[in-house]
Amino acid sequence: MSTLPADLAANPRLDLWVRVDDDGCITVRSGKVELGQGITTAMVAIAARQLCVSPQRVRIVSGDTALAPDEGQTAGSQSIEQGGAAMRTATALARGLFVAEAARELGVPATDIKTEEGWFFAVGRNDRCSYWDLSARVDLALDVTGLEPAVILAGAVTPPARIDLPGKLAGTMFIHDLDLPGMRHGRIVRPAMARARLVGFDRAAIEALPGVLAVLRDGDVVGIVAARDDTARQVAKRAAELLRWDAPPAPPPMSEFHDWMDDLPANSRVIFDETTCVPAAHRYEGVFARPYIAHAAIGPACAVARWTDGKLEVWTHSQGVFPLRAHLARALAMPQSDIIVTHRPGAGCYGHNGADDVALDAALLARAAGAPVMCQWSRADELSTAPAGAAMRVSVTAEMDADGRITCWDQEVFSPPHFARPSAAPGTALLSAWSMATPQAPAIAQQAGFPPGTGERNGLPLYVVGARRLRHHLLPQGPLRSSALRSLGAHCNVFAIESVMDELALRAGVDPVRFRLAHLDDPRARAVIEAAATMADWREDAPGGEGVGRGIGFARYKNSSAWCAVVAQIEVGERVRLTRAHIAVDCGEAIDVDGVINQIEGGAIQAASWTLIEEAGWDSNGPRARAWEDYPILRFGDTPDIAVRLLQPADAPPLGAGECVAGPMAGALGNALRHALGVRVRRMPLTPERIATAIEQEGS
Amino acid sequence: MSPSVLLTVNGHTHELSLAPGTLLIDALRTDLALKGTRHGCGEGACGACTVLVNGIAVQSCDIAAAECAGAAIETIESDAAAPVAAAFLEFTAAQCGFCTAGIVMTILAWLRGRPVPDRAELIGKLDELHLCRCGAHARILRVADALVARPVR
Repeated sequence: MSTLPADLAANPRLDLWVRVDDDGCITVRSGKVELGQGITTAMVAIAARQLCVSPQRVRIVSGDTALAPDEGQTAGSQSIEQGGAAMRTATALARGLFVAEAARELGVPATDIKTEEGWFFAVGRNDRCSYWDLSARVDLALDVTGLEPAVILAGAVTPPARIDLPGKLAGTMFIHDLDLPGMRHGRIVRPAMARARLVGFDRAAIEALPGVLAVLRDGDVVGIVAARDDTARQVAKRAAELLRWDAPPAPPPMSEFHDWMDDLPANSRVIFDETTCVPAAHRYEGVFARPYIAHAAIGPACAVARWTDGKLEVWTHSQGVFPLRAHLARALAMPQSDIIVTHRPGAGCYGHNGADDVALDAALLARAAGAPVMCQWSRADELSTAPAGAAMRVSVTAEMDADGRITCWDQEVFSPPHFARPSAAPGTALLSAWSMATPQAPAIAQQAGFPPGTGERNGLPLYVVGARRLRHHLLPQGPLRSSALRSLGAHCNVFAIESVMDELALRAGVDPVRFRLAHLDDPRARAVIEAAATMADWREDAPGGEGVGRGIGFARYKNSSAWCAVVAQIEVGERVRLTRAHIAVDCGEAIDVDGVINQIEGGAIQAASWTLIEEAGWDSNGPRARAWEDYPILRFGDTPDIAVRLLQPADAPPLGAGECVAGPMAGALGNALRHALGVRVRRMPLTPERIATAIEQEGS
Repeated sequence: MSPSVLLTVNGHTHELSLAPGTLLIDALRTDLALKGTRHGCGEGACGACTVLVNGIAVQSCDIAAAECAGAAIETIESDAAAPVAAAFLEFTAAQCGFCTAGIVMTILAWLRGRPVPDRAELIGKLDELHLCRCGAHARILRVADALVARPVR
């Protein structure tokens, strides 16, 4: 048969994906989990179309090591591309088996069967039968590799509203709402500085605190368990005062971090090297940077664990239940077959935050308490202990000839890890595992082939620029713990590329939109740039200055996924404000158009927040941000007007959309600032301080 | 023995035995099992836990339950919040949905300022009380605009 989608080929048992229930519904199962991106709604939309039933008849189970397929992480904008493709084929194959059985039942060829609302009709006759009439006779417990190719129906049937939201508002859907019989509440009491050693621990004093039901100590991991969540919070604060830690020395000051990246041990790789750069009429050299950025979920990391006869059940909002199970097994020295990990939604995570860590915390606390335990992190843990998105330094050297053609492009990227999730790599990615009595080595930061890459993601311009070179230096030991944050290296790499494109356009004396189009031969790239420019009523002679500016940014995410162009309009007063964003995206077929637009709007606002104001730093006491007041994010008073247009070329397969806007938004903002003030700011965030520094440096 | 507190939530009065200092959010989520109200930061900084106390939007992680004795407390589970919540679903003015319940309550309080609810006032209130990390800001304001034209109790 034709090639199966990879996730289906890896999980070929059809009843792992589809089961016909007794009550007039069909349950589909996905390994992709709901992170607030609406993926379960999109999966139901795909399944409903292929099964020819209304979406109200489709139930979904997602993210469960006991019930659902193993589709790895829900990450990298691949849930629709890969998970959706697998769901589409699996449900189409299931429909095909039922159609064949219906044809036998009704005594007509399968080609004469019409399917509507779960009924199979013989064309031109009144006989019919349904999924539920036939389900006892149709065996879905088979391997799909032996089946005839699926007949895929075009499109999807989107449910009337997001299927996860009603339960979230009713207090039944989030992991924080779980309440198992006999469940207790626990907290891990952590040091301010990561990897501090516990040197003062008085178990009796902690046990004597009112409300303590159990105390956990495993090496340098200390926790408490209480009957109620509020008691656990109070006890954890008082227990923290009773512990003494020996902290490692603080890293050098944050302000100099980008300068001492050269001195850190590095895994250096040449990703792409076409030829040597030959000097041309114009050379542009620039060094761009971004700080560490916190994931900063609104809700605390949370997990629930229950031990029964040496076996463990964990409820988690992790992005990957199977990888988490593997790492829990490593940390707890037990077989994976004795662990069941089930997904329940948490607050939006935008990448690898504390969701996996807290699952081990809950397991340790539940073991100490001899009862099921819900563990939640504090706001301070959330901002200081969870991995941050990695800081980056990106150097670009580009040459342009006298006719305004770019002739070579050399990009060099330094970054701490962008990927330290639970994975097949050696080590354990769970925080507490590193400090247990039998400590585990931290998981080794992973690199990926290019594309997509990690820190070097989108480090290669899509533009026609002559000879290209891309180098990446992964710095395994950064001053803060870091891992995947939405778009990984694309945010800063595209910021750098788009800044350089504007600087070169300026030198060539060509409008930035026209300059980009002159360096693009990809029609879908040209189309999004032209669309965004049209939406924004882009005028080549628009005056900048007077604190108002507009700029464009473009990228194709991962050089292989969705195309996105952003025109940003800004005002510069006491701070830089994004006032309006016009965004054009080509992510192929959109399964749920409004769902895609929602992702793009949200990604745009989040990326504006990163680019304009966010910075996770440290001081001599460890990570600096421990409360929201230490880590401002974009607020409602700065809400921009956003217009999104989806270009949906005919017959283009769906591509993920959740991350494509981050880089273009950063580029557009930097270019709008250049247009408004005449100064190029190369270090994010684009704060008044950074602007002042850039003005000083340009003057000197 | 913990002192008893009379809390009137969504029109029902409950006599609760609460430890001194128990926060309103914990009385709601733990003692009354009304789990639609979200515990976000516990510092009164994110607004996820917002409920109405005598019609005023209040961060329930920042106020003792006993201080609210005798007051009319309204949560996301109230009948009055339902049409506002329904509009959030209609416009999908949410992504992860964690900040949503609190924002619904602030918008409900604002809508009662009719006949002329002031948009700038709402933006000011949301700016002061609420954080949203997913970036649903623009959609949330669109919902508020749409709700102005609809009946809300």
